Amino acid sequence: MSDPQNEGPVDAKARRGRNIALALGLALFMVLVFVVTIVRLGASTANG
Amino acid sequence: MTMSSALPTSRAPARWQDFLQLLKPRVMSLVVFTAITGMVCAEAPINPILGAIAVLCIAVGAGASASLNMWFDADIDAKMRRTRGRPVPAGRVQGADALALGVVLSMFSIMLLGMTVNWLAAGLLAFTIVFYAVVYTMWLKRSTPQNIVIGGLAGALPPVIGWAAATGTVPLNAWLLCAIIFMWTPPHFWALSLYTSEDYEKAGVPMMPVVAGAKSTRKQILIYSLLFTPLCLVPAFTGLGGMTYLAVAAGGGVIFLVLAWRVFKSRAGDAADPRQDDGLYDVKAAAKDARNLFAFSILYLTLLFATLLAEHLLDLPAFGGF
Repeated sequence: MSDPQNEGPVDAKARRGRNIALALGLALFMVLVFVVTIVRLGASTANG
Repeated sequence: MTMSSALPTSRAPARWQDFLQLLKPRVMSLVVFTAITGMVCAEAPINPILGAIAVLCIAVGAGASASLNMWFDADIDAKMRRTRGRPVPAGRVQGADALALGVVLSMFSIMLLGMTVNWLAAGLLAFTIVFYAVVYTMWLKRSTPQNIVIGGLAGALPPVIGWAAATGTVPLNAWLLCAIIFMWTPPHFWALSLYTSEDYEKAGVPMMPVVAGAKSTRKQILIYSLLFTPLCLVPAFTGLGGMTYLAVAAGGGVIFLVLAWRVFKSRAGDAADPRQDDGLYDVKAAAKDARNLFAFSILYLTLLFATLLAEHLLDLPAFGGF
């Protein structure tokens, strides 16, 4: 990994792309956990 | 020396696309396709959201095992034309990063599948990842010409995982789908290796043509084809496939056997052609028959699973079964 203090524009662009991809992945994971919780809760409630 | 520690490092920064490439998206799409087929053929009501999460977990698990494979095999990938552009041998991603990605995604996919769907499916996914990354990649691939025969089990399990995700069970029909992919793997990969054996030899990978020679490989392709094609008919008699499936399996099976026979009678893989240039997918004239079988094998397997999928989604008539 490059040093953020001394990196060139190409390195900075690549790092920004990696960070955005990671952020999207984490956001997707949060949404997944939320949706699964709702679905599971709904199923449990329906079953009494 | 294995893994990537001896590889040169590149100054090119790793882009997110390089990490995506570590997951072998094309292989992942085939895994998803067969897993969905298994899930649909199970004909059990599954919450569509949980079904989608199961497919996502299976896809991510497949990607994780691919990343672990690219981490461990970076040294031999660097020696082969087909694989030397991969992120680790090309120096765009460090081996340790590929390893970390594989481990993290493995844990993520197994745990999420277990906690949201069921632990049978998660256990099968864990077994598949370990089998591919450890048994196949670290052991079989470098030690025996039967590597892709035994290792083929990893590629054959996704429909079983899909079935298990939908029902929590794995009946005979689920294993039948697994058996079809398992028996398809040797003729498929050996046909490819007949015209890429120089690469495998250079990398020290004991593929069948390298160890046993082209003639023996061609004979084994024919034997496996003779076992594989009748097996493809069986789902029509177990209630899994219908009339359309039987027609596709029978018609495609005849073509498969004809192509396998042509490979058997050809000189594919025998001698180097001096006119051959260095293109990635250039095929020697004698190896055309092997290339034809390789290409048709992909089409045939896709058609078989697509037909099963269509029959179950559209509720087409069954052959009868017993």
